[in-house]
Order: sequence, then C-alpha cells, then structure tokens
Amino acid sequence: MERRTISRRNFLNLAVGTTAGATLAACGTSGPSGGGGGTGAGAATYWFLTGQPQQGIREDTVKRFNQANANSKITFTEFQNDAYKTKIKTAIGAGQGPTIIWGWGGGGLKSYVEAGQVEDLTSWFAQNSAVKSRLFPSAFGAATVNGKIYAMPAEQVQPIVMFYNKTVLDKVGIQPPQSWGDIMAAVPKINAKGIAPFSLGGQSRWTNMMWLEFLLDRIGGPEVFQAVFEGQKNAWSQPAVMDMLTKTQDLVKANGFIKGFSSITADSNADQALLVTGKAAMMLHGTWTYGTMKQTGGDLVTGGHLGYMNFPPVEGGKGDPSDTVGNPGQYLSISSKATDAQKETAKKFFSTAVLDSAEVKQWIDTGGVPIVSGTESQLASSKDADFLKFVYGVSSKAKVFAQSWDQAMSPTAAEALLDNIAKLFQLSITPQQWIDNMNQVIGQ
Amino acid sequence: MTTLAPPVVEAPVAGARGGRTGAVAWMSLPALAVFLGFGVIPLIGVLALSFTSWDGIGAIHPAGFASWRTVLTDPGLLHALWVTFLVMALSWAVQTPLSIIIGVFLAGQQRYRELLAVLFFIPLLLSSAAIAITYKALLDPNFGLGAGLHLPLLAQDWLGKGPLALGVVIFVVSWQFIPFHSLIYQGAVRQIPRTMYEAAQIDGAGRMRSFFSITLPQLKYTIVTSSTLMVVGSLTFFDLIFVLTAGGPGDATRVLALDMYKRGFQANLMGPASVIAVILVLVGLILALLLRRLGGGGTSESQLEGA
Repeated sequence: MERRTISRRNFLNLAVGTTAGATLAACGTSGPSGGGGGTGAGAATYWFLTGQPQQGIREDTVKRFNQANANSKITFTEFQNDAYKTKIKTAIGAGQGPTIIWGWGGGGLKSYVEAGQVEDLTSWFAQNSAVKSRLFPSAFGAATVNGKIYAMPAEQVQPIVMFYNKTVLDKVGIQPPQSWGDIMAAVPKINAKGIAPFSLGGQSRWTNMMWLEFLLDRIGGPEVFQAVFEGQKNAWSQPAVMDMLTKTQDLVKANGFIKGFSSITADSNADQALLVTGKAAMMLHGTWTYGTMKQTGGDLVTGGHLGYMNFPPVEGGKGDPSDTVGNPGQYLSISSKATDAQKETAKKFFSTAVLDSAEVKQWIDTGGVPIVSGTESQLASSKDADFLKFVYGVSSKAKVFAQSWDQAMSPTAAEALLDNIAKLFQLSITPQQWIDNMNQVIGQ
Repeated sequence: MTTLAPPVVEAPVAGARGGRTGAVAWMSLPALAVFLGFGVIPLIGVLALSFTSWDGIGAIHPAGFASWRTVLTDPGLLHALWVTFLVMALSWAVQTPLSIIIGVFLAGQQRYRELLAVLFFIPLLLSSAAIAITYKALLDPNFGLGAGLHLPLLAQDWLGKGPLALGVVIFVVSWQFIPFHSLIYQGAVRQIPRTMYEAAQIDGAGRMRSFFSITLPQLKYTIVTSSTLMVVGSLTFFDLIFVLTAGGPGDATRVLALDMYKRGFQANLMGPASVIAVILVLVGLILALLLRRLGGGGTSESQLEGA
C-alpha cells in the first residue's frame, strides 16, 4: 500500500533513484524487532529508512560504531519511507518504539515531545558543546521545541532551489528569471514553443506548497508564517498571504505549470523526467532531486545543461532574497522509554559516530552537503563541486532557513494546509476561501 | 476498512444459520470466533474511540460528542458521502448490465467461450494497487498511452480534472470487478432449466424475448446478491482510489474510506476518523438490509420450481 503523505521524505530516499532496489530491500529486511534485540545491556535499537545511497551510509555508520563498541551494539531495522511514517507513530504510541528514532523534526517531533516520548537533550548538548558547535546552527531550529533540544541533527541539508534546463531556455531565447515579473513574462514565451514553463508533481501537494513558501517569504518576509506557526488568531489574514495566493493562481491560470500537473506525483519522479526530457523548462524542487537527475537524466547534468539558482525576489517584496526553505537536516531522537544503558549507547552513538569524518565523506561523494561546518575544501574537490558549493552557499548564507510548512506544523494543521493548497492550485477555491479555511485550523 | 466490511455482509447470514439448526450450531463457532475477534471487538473499539480525542501517539482523552460534532458539521462529510454515493451508483449502473451480458454469453458451453471466460477472469487476479499503478502510468498526460501513441483523444488530463477522475475511478473499478460478477451470473444462468427455453421456443419466442422473459426474471436473486456485493463493496474502495488519485484532484474522488484514512493517519485525528468509520458501518448495514428487502426477503424460497 502506498501512502502518499507529507512526502518530501519519500524523496530523500529516492534521491539517487534506485527505487526498485530500495523497495526490494524493504521487503527483504526482517520485521520490526520490538523494543529489545541485540546483545548486552547497552544494546540499542535504531529504525531508519531504506533508499540508496542514504540507506548504505546509515548502515555503514552503525557498523563502524558496533566495531568500536562490542559491548553496546546498535541493531537497526530498515523501513520503506511510507511504511515507516505510520509504523513509527503506532510503535511509539504503543511503547514499542526503538531507542533511536529517525525523523524529520518540527511538528512531528513536537507531537512526540508533547506525548512525553522523547528525551530532552538540552543538557547533554550543553555538556558536549563540541558535538553541537560543529554542526550548522540552522539545523537546530527544527530539533527545538519550546526552547529545548529533543533531537540530534544529522545527515544532510536540502534546500529547495529553482532548477532550469539551459538547453530549453536557450531554445526559447530567454535568460533564467531574476524576478517574479520575469517569471510571468517568460511563461507565454515558453508556452509559445509548446514547452511547459514549470514542471510540477501536483498530486503530492507539498510540491505545490514550495511555491507558496517562497512567495510568502519573498513578499512578506519570514514573520508572516511565523505568526501562523505561533498560532496567532487570523494570522493567515495578513495582506501578504492574499498576494501570495493571487500570484499563485495567476501563474496557474497563465498555464505556468505542465498540463495535468495535478495528477503527477513526485514519488514517481515524473516531474523530474519532464525537466530532463525538455518538456518543461524549469522546476522548483529540493536539492535531493539532483542525484536522481544525474543518474537517470542522460547528459542533462553531466553535460552541464542543468542550471540552478535560489528562488528569485518578488518586486516590492519585504523578504530577503537569500532566505531559503527546505530540510535543514534529518533528526535522531532518543526514546524516553529506553533503558538508561540504551540511552547511554545512543548518546555515545551521537557523539562518536554520527557525521564522523567517514560519514561526511560518504555524503559528499553521493552529492549531498552534510550539516557539518567547514567542509568547503572537501566539497570543492568533489565530482559535483559546483552544485555542492551552490547548496552549501545557499544553506549557509541564508538569513532564514525555514523548515517546510507541513513539517513545521502539527500533522493535523499540515493535512488541512495541503488539502487547501491542492484545491487552490485546482482553482476550486478562491484565495479568500483559502484564507478562511486556514484561519480555522490555526493553533491545532 | 476491510476488517469492518465483512460483518456488514455476514451478520444476517450468521444469524439465520444459527437459528435454523441447533444441532450443528457448534460448527459455526470458529467462524463466530473470527467474526468476534476481527469484526465485533474492533468495531466496539472504534465506537469507543469516536467519543475520545487521540492523536495516535499520546494519551487517549475522553471527549464526549466533540468528534461527532466536528464531523457532522463539516461540509467535507457531505461531500465525501456524495462522492461515495456517486461511485456506488455509477459503478453499479456500469457493472450490472455488462456483467449480466458477459455472464449470459459465457454461460454457453462452446469451447471458445470457455477460453474467453479464462481471459476475462484475469483482472480479478491482480491486486488493486497494481491495477491502480498501471492505469496511473497509462493515463499520464505527458508520458502515458495518449502521449506515446500521439493520440490527442487519449492524452486528456484524466486524473487531473474532477469529473474525468471520477469517471476513471469508475471505469477501473468496473474493469476490475466485472469478471467477478460475470462469473456469478454465468453460474446462475447455467442453473436455469433448459426446459423453459425449449417451451419458449415452441411458443415462438425469439432470443431477445427469452432473455427478457426468462433469463432476467430467473436471475432476480442473483442480481440482488451481486448488487449487494457491489454496493457494500464500493463503500470500502480505498486502495485503488488512494493510489490512483489520492482522493484528488482537490477532493473530487475523496470517498468516505479515504476521508477516514486522511483524518486518522495523516491528520492524526483518530476521534473524527472513528466517527467516519462508524458512519461507514451504519451506511453499509442499512444498504445491505435495504437490498435484502428489495430482493423479497427469504432467499430460501426456490426460484426454479413452479416458475
């Protein structure tokens, strides 16, 4: 059964497109091992996602840790992305979760915190400041709930950027758009050549959301969504929101998106295929798509035909054009139901194994930017140096690195948001109806 | 929902069987145990959950009628009910005539019909998810069948426009289940005594006339059975629609079962989701009862003798 939810996460896993292998691997791994398993008193459990190359990197890190710590091994269980999302919730609710919980931080983490299911790591980070200081400060936002840190940021940073097919733009005879006005001006020119201006996997819904996230930030600055996030009454009624919604529908009405976008899912990579095959000129998407496009996109990436840039500013907008949105990192929490020995093992894993130099190298080799500061020289010598330097630059220079809305909000509010966004792109509700619907779920 | 569906269909049957012959009542015990364990007990659990608020992770808090009020005042419920009804009515209207025709055709004893019967049966062997994935790929407006064969007629935005998406759902559902219902009709047609047709032939009735005057009336109870399966079954369509459209575009194909899933497992609102589950069970029960009434009550009366 496929569960298509909040699934940027699907994409993390598919990032370098060995989907078939990942699926098989998911079927082949043993079932969840409950709370126990392993050997020795300090044996901890760790659940994480399948999907190469991330899966292999996670496995290697655990193996290195187990070799160094024979008495307190970590046993891992792997899940396919969609299955994991429901499984982990149910398991934690039933007190059967693993010691180390892999997650996305933000609203999901907050619901664990409110249920008292995860350890407060604030004091541990205070004692182990070296662990904290080597990571991107922006990665800690989504790990923090009510001023306390409940998760260890891990893995890689994945901002959302504007990709474009240079060959197609040359054919149309335009430059990459430098402003919202450029975008609206480019749309009819690209359409005139029988090419779709923007690719979009609209059935996945969060893909549409990326447009709103950037528009709102560029128009009104990060404060607008912050007010929503903090649960202020009628926070969606701010004028910038109306502007964002109107501009979005203008783009839809101008045929800015590929025909049939609302039945395309991001999980199938069809949106990337449109850009790769030149059926669409541009695509707003997470940097995790780079690896897939490189592997399966013919010479688009290898031939240097793939362009990328941060989302352009909107004329008269208040937001800083350096701001970005995306996944500031992935997150590891410790279950409060684990034994003290297991918790110790997990903390040791965090401080000695997570993002050690070997893991950092693996992330870079597979086209990712680990959330570790000071890797510029390593990035520069990688095969994908240009792209990685670009991602590193966007991530580290961003004045605000916002977490995606659906992950920052509670699952309840996120579902209402995605539902209304889909209807907005479908033009079945007006901007005013959108605002009214969304004001109702603020604070839920 | 699959765990909840069986009671809807089986409840009356189990009751009737138990009442008829006391001596072999113990034989129904295994079935009863399974029914209790996987039907009744979860149902009671869901009913209890519908009066609580629970996010699926933390503690369960009693919430009285709050969830019921939320769901019953939500325009989304009416919409989901309407979509469910549409899927039910349209898929019934498409499937029944086609199944009868195919069933009658396959009832003939010719060799080539036997071969066709086997071929027609294939869709039933495939899982709903596999069918949905296949059709999704075939109907893709940019990489699908229409685009590949350069047939503009086929290159519609099949799953991206509300009415079209609903039509596709009904088409795929019918494609999947017509073989099953044809099989039921095939069996029923073969049970109709040959003598009736012979008598009709002597009276000078043509093929059409015997179809409408003998075959159709004789299939009455089969139609009731098959319709009950279709109607009640259509309440539980989930996997197919979920993979095909995920309830979209917007909420154009969001049936009750999908609404329940989205509220429960995506929005973490187990209370309201349980309310919808209870509504689903009630609707299913009422429909099954209604259809039995429509069928003229006791199926024990024979349709073969004295006809």
